[in-house]
Amino acid sequence: MKFERYGKGIAKGLTVTIRHMFRHPVTVQYPEQRLNTSRRIRGNELIWDNVKCTGCGTCAKTCPQGAIEIVTSTNLVENKYEVEKYQIDTGYCIQCGLCVEACPYEALYMGYSYERAKYRRGELVQTKEMMLESPDRQVSGYFYPDFAAKLPRQTLLVERITEKE
Amino acid sequence: MIPSPGLSLEHYWQTLPPDWPGGFWWHWLVFTVIIIAFILMLVMGYIWIERRGMGRMQARLGPNRAGPFGLLQPVADAVKVLTKEDLVPANADKIVHWLAPVVAFAPALMIFAVVPFQDGALLADLNIGILYVVAISSVSTVGIFMAGWGSNNKYSLLGAMRNVAAVVSYEIPLILAIIGVVLIAGSLSLNDIVLAQNIPFILLQPLGFLLFFIAGCAEINRSPFDLMEADSELVAGFHIEYSGMKFALFYLVEYAEALAISAIITTLFLGGWRGPVLPPWLWFLLKVILVFFVMVWTRTTFPRVRIDQLMALAWKFLLPLALINLIITAIQVLAWSEALLWVMIPVNIAIMVILVLLWSKLSKLGWGRVEV
Repeated sequence: MKFERYGKGIAKGLTVTIRHMFRHPVTVQYPEQRLNTSRRIRGNELIWDNVKCTGCGTCAKTCPQGAIEIVTSTNLVENKYEVEKYQIDTGYCIQCGLCVEACPYEALYMGYSYERAKYRRGELVQTKEMMLESPDRQVSGYFYPDFAAKLPRQTLLVERITEKE
Repeated sequence: MIPSPGLSLEHYWQTLPPDWPGGFWWHWLVFTVIIIAFILMLVMGYIWIERRGMGRMQARLGPNRAGPFGLLQPVADAVKVLTKEDLVPANADKIVHWLAPVVAFAPALMIFAVVPFQDGALLADLNIGILYVVAISSVSTVGIFMAGWGSNNKYSLLGAMRNVAAVVSYEIPLILAIIGVVLIAGSLSLNDIVLAQNIPFILLQPLGFLLFFIAGCAEINRSPFDLMEADSELVAGFHIEYSGMKFALFYLVEYAEALAISAIITTLFLGGWRGPVLPPWLWFLLKVILVFFVMVWTRTTFPRVRIDQLMALAWKFLLPLALINLIITAIQVLAWSEALLWVMIPVNIAIMVILVLLWSKLSKLGWGRVEV
C-alpha cells in the first residue's frame, strides 16, 4: 500500500516548508551586503599596464566587437612604438576576455569590480589614463592564476548570510 | 429610567437588569471600540506574519525595511493604497461597484460581536451565537458577487461566480462540522461552548476540526482554495477593477475574514480563552495567531486546486465525512459518560484516520491523473 495518495504527500510538503522556516534565508540585501564575486570574474572594465604595453595592437585585432582603438607613433630614438591613443568603448565590449588572452606582453587584464553603470553613454568610453590600475580598479584573476590566488574566495549562497536588522 | 438628582450613578446601574453590565450603551461603546481596534491591529499583525512567515518558508527574508523587522510594512502599504486614485470603470454599475466593499466588510466586523475574548467579555452573548456567525459570514459573498458584477469585467464576474459556488458548497460541511461541536457542548452560545470545553474539542472532534479547517479556508478563499482571485488565471478576480480606498477595504476583508475564521476555530475547537497561567485574553490571542500561522503554512505549501477539484472535494470528500462525523458524534453524546472521556479521544482520532484513508481511496478528485 502506497501512502502517497493518503496524505503522505501533504505531510511531506508541510515538513519541507517548516524546515525552510528554520534554515537561514538566502536573500542578499545588496547595498549593505555584498558577496565576493568569482576570483576569475570578467568585470565591466579592462585594466591596462602602460609600462608593459608595446603598442603592438594585438588586442585591437582580436577584439570581436572592434571596441579597442589604438593609435601609435614611432619613437625613432628608443626604437619603439609610443601609444598615443588607447581607448575602449565599454558600451561595445562584451567582456569576452579575448584581448586579455591575446596580449603577448601581459599588459591587459580584466577588472574585478562589477558596479560600473554610467549615466551617459559617452562616459562608457575609457581612455588611456582611466584604464590604469588603482585601488578601486582591481585586477581580476581572469587568465592569470597567480593574481586569482591573492583575491578573496567567492562567497557561495549555501554559506550563512546574516540578516541586517 | 431617569435617575433622580439624589441618587448616585452607582444606584442607577443597580436598577438596570443584571445582564446589562455597566449600562447597555457603555457596554456597547467599549466593546465596539475594542473589537474595531482588535481587528485593525490584528489584521496588520496578520499581514506581517503572513508576509514574513511566507518569506522565511521560501528561504527569503520578507519585508524588513519599514520599521524594526519590517513591522511597519502594513502601515506603509495602507498609506500607499489609500493615497492612490480611485478608479471606476466607465461601464461599471456605479452604485453596486461603490457599495460592494462595504457590503463585504460589514459582516466580517459583525462576526466578532459574539466571539468571547474572556469569560462573558463579548459584545452580545447571543444564545444562538454560532448560528448568527454562520448567517452573517455568508453575507460577505453578496458583497464579493456585487463587486464581480458591478465591475463589468469578465474576470471579475468569473471570480465572483467561482466564489459563490465555493461558498455555497463549503457552507454545508462547515455547518455540519459545527453541529458536532454544538452537540457536545449542548449550546449554541459561543461563550457556553468555551465554558463546556474542559478539554479542547479538537481532541473530541479531530475529524470535525479537520473538516472545519478545510471548509473554513475554502470559505474565506485562502490558498489552496483562492480560486476567485487566482492571480495566474483571473488576474485578481473580483477586485481587478478596484483601487485606492475600496481596494484597501477588500484587502482588509480578506484578512478580517481570516481573523474571524481563526477566532471561531479557536472558540469552537481550541478552548477559546481557556488556558493555564496566562490571562484569558492573551490565551485567546495566542491561539488565534497559532491558527492563522497554520493557515499561512498550508498556503505556502499547497498549490491551488482547479475549480472541479474544489467542487469534488466539497461534495465527495467533506460532505460524506461531515455526515458520518455528525452521526458518530450523536451516538457518542447519547452514550456520554465522564469515565469514557479519555477513551473517546484515541477512539475519535482512530476513526478520523480510518475515515480519511478510506475516503482517499474511494474518491478520485476531478478525474485527474492519480498515479503514484
